Amino acid sequence: MEQFFNISVISDNFTYFMIGRFPHGPLGGVGLTLYLAVISCILSFFGGLILGLLSISRMSIIRYPALAFINLIRGMPLLMVIFWMYFLMPALFGKVAENNTVIMALTLFTSAYMSRIVVAGIDGIPKGQTEAAISTGLTHWQAMRYIVLPQGLRNMIPSFVNQFVSLIKDTSLAFIVGVSELTHVATQINNRTMAFPTEIFVFIAVVYFILCYAFTSLSRWLEGRLAWRKAI
Amino acid sequence: MQPLLNSGPPKGLPVLNYTFDWSIITSGQYFDWLVSGLVTTLKLSAVSIVMAFLLGLLIAVMRMAHSKPIRWLALAYLEFFRNTPLLVQIFFWYFGSYKILPVFINDWLNETGFEFAAAAIALTIYTSAFIAEDIRSGVLSIPREQMEAARSAGFSYLRSMQYIILPQAVRITIPPLVNQFLNVAKNSSLAMTIGVMEMTYQARQVESYTFKGFEAFTAATVVYLALSIIITVLVNVYNEKVLNAHKAA
Repeated sequence: MEQFFNISVISDNFTYFMIGRFPHGPLGGVGLTLYLAVISCILSFFGGLILGLLSISRMSIIRYPALAFINLIRGMPLLMVIFWMYFLMPALFGKVAENNTVIMALTLFTSAYMSRIVVAGIDGIPKGQTEAAISTGLTHWQAMRYIVLPQGLRNMIPSFVNQFVSLIKDTSLAFIVGVSELTHVATQINNRTMAFPTEIFVFIAVVYFILCYAFTSLSRWLEGRLAWRKAI
Repeated sequence: MQPLLNSGPPKGLPVLNYTFDWSIITSGQYFDWLVSGLVTTLKLSAVSIVMAFLLGLLIAVMRMAHSKPIRWLALAYLEFFRNTPLLVQIFFWYFGSYKILPVFINDWLNETGFEFAAAAIALTIYTSAFIAEDIRSGVLSIPREQMEAARSAGFSYLRSMQYIILPQAVRITIPPLVNQFLNVAKNSSLAMTIGVMEMTYQARQVESYTFKGFEAFTAATVVYLALSIIITVLVNVYNEKVLNAHKAA
């Protein structure tokens, strides 16, 4: 009679789940999931900032292409973006490591969403601030750079953290192109052991949940702190 | 025919050597594949969004119930399913659910195409968690006095929800719900990982039969974009015509 919930398949492969074959081979598992999420998050912060600023430019020749690009990416499933990168990057740059393909895809995809956060954050700063800055002699760009963005970015922090949570969840799609992050490791172990799919997938769901819930809570805490700061 | 993913050394811009052939996706067998993929995507999304709406409604009502255990149960459900990747949930239902489901359900699922059912269950549960929060914020936007008035007129809590609060809240919730439909349509692309032959699966299939990746993926991208443009326009029209007209009245 087989045990209902077999813990040994988890404990036997625990290191493999967490870091893959790391000290002796490439990083994998949770380690790679976090690596992909962190790198893509940093890159898409800048991507989102640039796209967001371009999409509210006063020159329509800049604004419309930026908006078109953002809406193009937002209208596509992430899977489709990953496939596009998977085919475009080798065609443009020769051979590219799968990790980088996924980072590029995640960055492009998340930048489009981040840009909306940036625009909302900038909209949240009263117009009077820009007007005051310009009337003191700053140029439009300087007003944005020194007055609006520093305040706006602070308000965006909770949304950025939420976006990071989405990124952690989205890295699971790297499985499709054979990057050995947590989901891929789980399917590998599942294929090898055959008998314990329930245990394995419940376990990685819980791991993802712990990671994401920690950051969701952080975002809520930050939101509360910012609201408190605004109230005084 | 020039394969796209040549593993040889990079030689300049290989993309320039690529000859486009759009005819393969505009007619014939591959066109039929893509159309059947679109039909499956729409079918899967429609089934999932309807079930997710009903489940989301239930969770939203539980989330606002007076009894603490019920509220906690709903909250745990929301947090768990919103904070795990959809892909993992799909794998769980596809590979791992047989142990926790009763035998007769397993038999029925195996007879009726398990891939589609597993994808629909995963999408339903994942989306219901988001819809529940949409409905809840719709309900919170209804003034408290309405509930108090309904209760003092003798309606029970559930009946005042049913007849007074929810009909108004759902009207406000329709635009976010339609956007959720769009999300479901995009998320349903993950069903390809367990072999549901939807849009992305068929695009991938066309690519591996013909090496025409650009054409195949362009076709799929255009379909997804068309869907999102149509739905965005519908939401805007609804917002202008119905919600604003209602506010003005």
